Amino acid sequence: MKKKNLIIVLVAVFGLSAILYNCSNSGSSDNFSDAASKVYVAPGTHDEFYAFMSGGFSGQVSVYGLPSGRLFKVISVFSQNPETGYGYSEESKPLLNTSLGFIPWDDAHHPVLSKTNGEQDGKWLFINGNNTPRVARIDLSTFETVETIEIPNSAGNHGSPFVTENTEYVVASTRFSVPVPQKDVPISSYKENFKGTISYIKVDKNSGDMNLAFQIVVPGFNYDLAHSGKGPSHDWSFFTSYNSEQANTLLEVNASQNDKDFIAAVNWKQAEKYAAEGKGKRISAEYCDNNYDENAHKATTKKLNDVLVLNPKDCPGMIYYIPIPKSPHGVDVDPSGEYIVGGGKLAAVIPVHSFSKMIKAIESKDFVGEIDGIPILKYESVIAGEVQNPGLGPLHTEFDGNGYAYTSAFLSSEIVKWKLGTWEVVDRIPAYYSIGHLMIPGGDSKKPWGKYVVALNKITKDRYLPTGPELTQSAQLIDISGDKMKLLLDFPTVGEPHYAQAIPADMLEKNSKKIYALEKNKNPFSIHGEKEARVTRSGNEVHVYLSATRSHFKPDNIEGIKVGDKVYFHITNLEQDWDIPHGFTIKGLNNAEMLIMPGQTKSVLWTPTKEGIYPFYCTDFCSALHQEMQGYVRVSSASSQTKLIFN
Amino acid sequence: MKKLFLILTAVIILLTACGEKKSDAASEELAKKEKMAKLFGLTVFELDNGIGPVKEKLTLGPVDTKIVETGKKIFDIKCAQCHKLDERYTGPAQRDLVKRRTPEYIMNMILNPVDMVAKHPEAKKMFAQYPTQMTFQNVTYEDARNLLEYFRSLNNK
Repeated sequence: MKKKNLIIVLVAVFGLSAILYNCSNSGSSDNFSDAASKVYVAPGTHDEFYAFMSGGFSGQVSVYGLPSGRLFKVISVFSQNPETGYGYSEESKPLLNTSLGFIPWDDAHHPVLSKTNGEQDGKWLFINGNNTPRVARIDLSTFETVETIEIPNSAGNHGSPFVTENTEYVVASTRFSVPVPQKDVPISSYKENFKGTISYIKVDKNSGDMNLAFQIVVPGFNYDLAHSGKGPSHDWSFFTSYNSEQANTLLEVNASQNDKDFIAAVNWKQAEKYAAEGKGKRISAEYCDNNYDENAHKATTKKLNDVLVLNPKDCPGMIYYIPIPKSPHGVDVDPSGEYIVGGGKLAAVIPVHSFSKMIKAIESKDFVGEIDGIPILKYESVIAGEVQNPGLGPLHTEFDGNGYAYTSAFLSSEIVKWKLGTWEVVDRIPAYYSIGHLMIPGGDSKKPWGKYVVALNKITKDRYLPTGPELTQSAQLIDISGDKMKLLLDFPTVGEPHYAQAIPADMLEKNSKKIYALEKNKNPFSIHGEKEARVTRSGNEVHVYLSATRSHFKPDNIEGIKVGDKVYFHITNLEQDWDIPHGFTIKGLNNAEMLIMPGQTKSVLWTPTKEGIYPFYCTDFCSALHQEMQGYVRVSSASSQTKLIFN
Repeated sequence: MKKLFLILTAVIILLTACGEKKSDAASEELAKKEKMAKLFGLTVFELDNGIGPVKEKLTLGPVDTKIVETGKKIFDIKCAQCHKLDERYTGPAQRDLVKRRTPEYIMNMILNPVDMVAKHPEAKKMFAQYPTQMTFQNVTYEDARNLLEYFRSLNNK
């Protein structure tokens, strides 16, 4: 009897555990097998979206496909790249010039796609360099950096490069206030001497060329993030600020005292008008504007010496402060252009301001004070609603175009979905871990493609195979096509993915350049045909005009180079075929490899230090006879009489 | 079934009748070509004249010296890194090109080299001898026509 009971119990326990085991098992695997089919892009087929992710401290931009999470390219922007020669080749070096000299690295933060009528137009991608304030422009037909412009009177170019509705301007605001103009002062004189600036960089509609139009000098807070208006709010941009306490030490505590900080609302149309009317002052400021000419395959640096500065005291109606709870970070404008969403790191709610109420409050002068000529609007008069219980540490918000907003919550590590208008939270999903920005394709534009949201996470801990103390950071793709958000895919990122933007593949794919036309190559050291391949010497400077084609260099035997010569190899890839780059290096080259695209010319400097024979070769497997693509340089002593000869 | 048989017979008679009009040697040559073309999935025209934008025989007059120079210039910039006139280089020597190939074949090879190497028996043969895929050098139809004139001029001498 006892035995029987025991057996029954055992069977029951076994049965129950089997059920439980099955439940938990089927729960997760079914979930993800469904997810797998949603992110599977069959071999040889293309993704639905291009995603451009900031490389953070790598200084670059990485290009991924969505939904697969496959990495296609790392675009060199603010950092040298020995893999391609970016920032090492003579032609690309000027792109890294600043008033502080050649700066080979920066901290890249926010990729922003150009827009027309508030919708992505697929022309350019902008990204800010935070450390030595710069903004870069990337051409989306070549996926290459074509311009970098330095922002003077700035430090920590964080609130940048968010564009206005028709890319009239790219904005840039200072995270670190500094003396304007720069000078040697005690740090304790912060309140007296330190200022912030909000810059507007004019973008030429056709060429994309950027020019610093004007700067607005503002009180020395930390200006953090920005977004420009659209539709009814077309004329305006919004900038969050924190440290309204103007602390200059231990900001962690000292900049978290005030109950509210501010969103600076700037009427850039009005500012533009004041600038044209001569209300501004030109002050001296050194900065560089570097432009890459696609036909010359070459960048040049333009040094500039002054900038137009507008002071809010002289320009009424140009700028207002909207109070916002405790140390805000992101500021995002919904697709209609009516709602301005602030994300307060330390706030218990997400405040949503109303553009139309803001205009009414300005008209009725509903102010609660003024700082340095900037009226402060009354919070209650501008607020449209507050999202209650939005998660801890709300940072950034993107929109799906279907009436919902998605906010990242850093501390509680989740994405919170809420409804515009009712402000109610309708769904939430965990992010692994510590989400910063989030991104919906077109999610800051008038026309979002509300199919996915990508979480951009700072920490991964146990999510991947460990690689020692340094771990990858990551992105997570989440399906938002249904009522409930659903995690589909984790994928690692290059550097720290601060922000990202994505665009439907068909908007860019068709414009993607395949080659550079040889007949358009205007590089001063290019050669047009093998006949022009040659070596010239002037003093101790030697120029090798080298051609590369499958599968040889011309010339490939060079004698008469001397120790201490400055030898410039100017390599022209004579191919006109898609995806046939050639590489170049020579033994002892203490510079970088050159990767030369079809029809392109790149130059690299080599200074031989010892006599001997130095082989050079093609580093990018180009053909069946790639291993034969090589040459020799004979280096003689500095005093030798070896004649300069080549074949 | 009977009807089908009748139709087939009629077609065969007609075809044979057509063939009989030509000389035996020519028809034999044509049959050989047809067989070859069929084997490679080409038309007889393509077998003789290559696969590409040139789909019918060109009407060529005497060599037009005006465009020979343009053709030579294009050759020097875009072709000479692989082709010499009198020696084997990356690709074959080209002085006698017009003796080896029809004008239409030359233009199709310039304008459509990847497809040619993939599909045409002659181009396939060349690829086996010169193991570098000839590339499209971003030339227009007009450029190819000018190049053809340059090659024709080389054989005038």
